[in-house]
Amino acid sequence: MSAAAATARGEAGRAVGRLTADLLARLRRGQRFAGLVAGALPAGGVRLSALVGAPGSLDVLDAELPAGVASYPSITPVVPAALWYEREIHDLFGLVPVGQPRLNPLVWPLPHDTATRPVPGRPGCPPRLEPDHREIPAYVAGHGLFTIPHGPVRSGVFESVEYLVETPGEDIPHVHIRPYYKHRGLEKRFEGMSAAAGVLLAERVEGIASVAHALAYAHALESLTDVQVPLAGQLVRLLHAELERVGNHLDVAVRLAEAAGLAVAQARFALHKERVLRLAGACAGSRFGRGVVIAGGTAALPRLGRDDLLRDLDRIQRGVRGDRRALMVTASFLDRLRGTGPLTPERARLHGALGPVGRASGAGDDVRTDRPYDAYRRLPPTSVRQEQGDALARLNVRWAEVDDSFRLLREAVAQLSTLGADALSRVPLGGPGGLGGLEGLDGRAVGSAEAPQGEVLYLVEVRGGQLSRCKPRSASLHNLHLFPPVFTGDILTDFPFIEASFGCSIAGVVS
Amino acid sequence: MPWVLRGLREGVVTTGWPRRPDAYADSWPGGVDVLPGAADPAAERLCPTGAIGRDADGGLALDRGRCILCGACVRARPDLFAWAAGAQTARLSREALVVPAAPDDTDEAAVERMRAELAARVRALRRSVHIRHVDTGSDGSEEWEIHALLNPVYDIGRLGIFFTASPRHADILLVTGAGGHGMAGPLRRTLEAMPAPTVVIAAGTDAISGGLTAPTYAVAGGVGGLVPVDVWVPGSPPSPFSLLHAILLALGRVGPHRPERGSP
Repeated sequence: MSAAAATARGEAGRAVGRLTADLLARLRRGQRFAGLVAGALPAGGVRLSALVGAPGSLDVLDAELPAGVASYPSITPVVPAALWYEREIHDLFGLVPVGQPRLNPLVWPLPHDTATRPVPGRPGCPPRLEPDHREIPAYVAGHGLFTIPHGPVRSGVFESVEYLVETPGEDIPHVHIRPYYKHRGLEKRFEGMSAAAGVLLAERVEGIASVAHALAYAHALESLTDVQVPLAGQLVRLLHAELERVGNHLDVAVRLAEAAGLAVAQARFALHKERVLRLAGACAGSRFGRGVVIAGGTAALPRLGRDDLLRDLDRIQRGVRGDRRALMVTASFLDRLRGTGPLTPERARLHGALGPVGRASGAGDDVRTDRPYDAYRRLPPTSVRQEQGDALARLNVRWAEVDDSFRLLREAVAQLSTLGADALSRVPLGGPGGLGGLEGLDGRAVGSAEAPQGEVLYLVEVRGGQLSRCKPRSASLHNLHLFPPVFTGDILTDFPFIEASFGCSIAGVVS
Repeated sequence: MPWVLRGLREGVVTTGWPRRPDAYADSWPGGVDVLPGAADPAAERLCPTGAIGRDADGGLALDRGRCILCGACVRARPDLFAWAAGAQTARLSREALVVPAAPDDTDEAAVERMRAELAARVRALRRSVHIRHVDTGSDGSEEWEIHALLNPVYDIGRLGIFFTASPRHADILLVTGAGGHGMAGPLRRTLEAMPAPTVVIAAGTDAISGGLTAPTYAVAGGVGGLVPVDVWVPGSPPSPFSLLHAILLALGRVGPHRPERGSP
């Protein structure tokens, strides 16, 4: 190695060493590891950024790797939750985390000696990068163990993902997850988009949490300006975010009832979910709340008036309440969930588990209460936590959140109706159709929002109103990492219950 | 209250569609229309996916196969574009997704041949059919809308339509997602495992053209190049009624839509 290369490598090592030390010190003080991302620098080289949840803020710790450096000291040995992030960074940038115990492809398996990688943040990319399935290691570990590949084409209507279940028969000693099949390369797709149009793609990173993703993205852009979203816009944002939460939690109930073979319960909750989606569509023209959130506010006020909204909400809530009461005393159902897939509070806290998965294990922040945004400042949600950490606890947390969501929805509708039909829902940023007014925006920011799965982060870099880097970090990505360790003591038939109780979207994991 | 009474108390929530009209199916905006006489080259810049172009006469044309229903064009130029109500957005050819359809351009004989070939293929499937779904890189919402077909409102079982896990038992291959390279092999193997006759439906704008997802290094920009598609249903995501229309269209249980110029 030449002297210059050695110097660069030493520099990189020291920078990452400082980042790791800072990160460890913060974790010891009780802060939360929220992710590790990377981005190419304009002058060459790569910037590694650790995301940390501190009291009242989401901090970014940077370390710069000079151009030509191909490796850095792995953070995983001291922060195990960094494992999946380092694998993702290796796939996209080719950077090798030295000392990482298991460097397998996560989001896109490319030949390990390939020179061509997507490298988000660096303009340009080859039009096609073929995945090399041979790069995926095939494990055989243990006497008499079978490996059952489950996917990527699943048995039912599911997103594509492959679970490799290692089992001697019924027990599940280990699950390997291969989510790369439906990777779409969206981090590169963001590059070059106008900041205003980027929200459309953010909505489609994880389509069942469109509103939360759009919010996190919009928050990042808004923090680079001094715009204040008008109250009406804040309330509409809350309205659609909470409708999305209820829809997602009902979907978990549908999947759990389906796994348990409770056909009537499955049908009932699917009916309630359909009504929630129709309500969202009646308000905004999209069943998934798309086109609602734009930078500076919301595109429009709801198309339904107060009375119609309250009547529909009431009807849905009464239906959900009655059926849920019946479900949660059905012994055959509860037996499948009690003690299934336990996530210990210790592991949840160390990993920084997010959303209902984290909160059911006593951990898990909630962005709506930790770093209140939009109308949550005046309508704070109620925090719900449990300690058991099994699938039943995760469902109980979701039911409590559904109740709270209906309360927030009614409050928001009431406050919205007092503002009148001509209230401003967004800051007039100008431009046709709302997609304008952000030309000339410059800067780097992190935005966040609480999706039904948990905290969504968007790390955004804008130059002259155009995105040069946009990294979505969904809660699904952070939480799915915890999926394999919770299978201790469970059997094969518990698999669908644990999968449903996590409520992750694979689109959000590999986007 | 026993579970059996819970459902009975609500009464019938199932739609009678297509035999009886359904207000939601008829009013839900399934696509965007180009208004008659619309012609303004500046309007092409409004679309984030490039769905707006020009037809042979220089008037505006909108490719619903690229449209992600963001509404930017309708909001900016309500004099040129409007929402089109109705769920019957599926078509038997890729070209038929471009609106407004120019009657002189469509090769009536070719369309009729295609329709007749499909009808012959599905003759045995008209009364009962099994669907195998494959996700090649969706955003996750298409799967929700497909799963909704099983809920009591749409209840496709009443029409003899079922989902199956095994490709060996499947007649229809319902494909979502932008055609990710990682799923090309599994998709092909799934189709090969399905015994003839098979019908392929590309569900959603991502599956038709890649939508806003494409172009990237990881997706093909739609599944048309990976499998032989028979029915194209646009939408981001397509609503359950649009999906149901696509399945019934594939089976010849609703007629192919013959659009006149200026109508959806």
